[in-house]
Amino acid sequence: MAKSWDEINARIASGEAVVFTAEEFAALAADEGLSAAAKRVDVVTTGTFGPMCSSGVVLNFGHSDPPIRMAEIALNDVAAYGGLAAVDTYLGVTEPSRVRGAEYGGAHVIEDLLRGRAVRLRASSPGTDCYPRTEIDTWVTLDDLNQAYFFNPRNAYQNYAVAVNSTDRALYTYLGTLLPRLGNATYCSAGALSPLLNDPTYRTIGVGSRIFVAGAPGYVAWEGTQHNPHTDRDANGVPVRPAGTLAVIADLKQASPDFFSAATIAGYGTSAFVGIGVPIPVLDEDIAATLALTDADLTATIYDYGVQHRSRPALGTVTFEQLRSGEIEVSGKKVPTGPISSLPKARAIAAELKRWILEERFAITQPLQLLPQVGSQSQKPLQIKTGEAI
Amino acid sequence: MARKRLDLTFPPQQSLKPVIYHLVKDYDLVPNILRAQIHPAQEGRMVLEVTGNKESYAAGVAFLESQGLTVNEAASDIVLDSEKCVDCGLCTAVCKPDALTLDPEAQTLVFDKDKCVYCEACVIACPRRAITLSF
Repeated sequence: MAKSWDEINARIASGEAVVFTAEEFAALAADEGLSAAAKRVDVVTTGTFGPMCSSGVVLNFGHSDPPIRMAEIALNDVAAYGGLAAVDTYLGVTEPSRVRGAEYGGAHVIEDLLRGRAVRLRASSPGTDCYPRTEIDTWVTLDDLNQAYFFNPRNAYQNYAVAVNSTDRALYTYLGTLLPRLGNATYCSAGALSPLLNDPTYRTIGVGSRIFVAGAPGYVAWEGTQHNPHTDRDANGVPVRPAGTLAVIADLKQASPDFFSAATIAGYGTSAFVGIGVPIPVLDEDIAATLALTDADLTATIYDYGVQHRSRPALGTVTFEQLRSGEIEVSGKKVPTGPISSLPKARAIAAELKRWILEERFAITQPLQLLPQVGSQSQKPLQIKTGEAI
Repeated sequence: MARKRLDLTFPPQQSLKPVIYHLVKDYDLVPNILRAQIHPAQEGRMVLEVTGNKESYAAGVAFLESQGLTVNEAASDIVLDSEKCVDCGLCTAVCKPDALTLDPEAQTLVFDKDKCVYCEACVIACPRRAITLSF
């Protein structure tokens, strides 16, 4: 029953494609069997909406008269990178405001731009013969910018840790406030809707895949940073720990504040919820089998964030169904759970991507290059070396 | 019967007086302490819910004020801005009395104010700053 990418795209173009979200597809497979579901459905849509710290935007401001080669750049008092060409910059979501700290950061500037608000641009420069201006103080909106696009080095983590805290004091982490003595557990994945959990061995998601990024059509640009296919996997080949990642690119001007939300995580800093959705073609029954997995079939590993080392001890595994129930058992103790990744938003993204394919005939693209495959690479630690040792 | 929420500020010299005992014994009020931060010789704060008849309530408040306490009847309120909320659920992880929970099916945030003890843990935890304390 194998289907080709071209066949599926022809059906999308003619308006005949059958598109289900990952949740709908799992329900269909449970009702009618995997073979029937695989035969009937052409594309399955996925979605995730969690804090993704490795995100940011490339901006071009245009040239003032006289022109300036911006060296020190701030947008609403949030520093942006000045090491590019004269009026190009990169603004990362975790950069805190020099004035307001973590309450307002790069992510908030991006959300303000998305909401059509004017942002104060201040920059300085030593001045050169070709760029004589040394100071600029002005206001810009998203419409004013020549180019504004996301380039997010690491999004859509394939699985993530479940965090607990065994110490006697509360810990403020990127996974939220962890209450002492295993007082709670937090987790961050869309589970059965998560893009890379639906294509666990990166068969269909690769460089050039056309995807949904914060409400805009975009692309997988490269493997994400820390992409680590070499990790523990379950019987279905699905990672049980953080594994693959995606670097993504998309036009900020087509994005929506409904799918990009600035965040301040207590005691940690600024980040941004980024909505990512990936369409997955139902090429054969192998991919259909992983598309049909539910939260009951997917597992995450519990880590003790009370141990402040790179390798934190694992305290067992739980399914996403257990996590969603609101309570898990860790070391014999009942522990309440709380997510960080929004399931209602993930569902909205999968539904919106489905609408794009059905109504706007959004074509899917075969990867131009596969992501590093299972067995090809693992993640290296950083060694601390002295100059003398080199 | 009246049920009201009070925000009490204790001056340092009053912090060890058993005023709540008198609300029960002398004024027939039922206090439910939601939150208290009382230390010897320091200014303290207590948020409590008081149930009783109207006259007893008025007399009880007058008694508290006569003891040097500052009584704020329009006690602070936890407000959820659903426009800002993205239903991430992070607040539910720190809400001990389960006033903030996720709907089992929709996984959207549900706020049951009757269970709230005004500990403000959610105000700090909310990454969207969608939960605020209003006065």
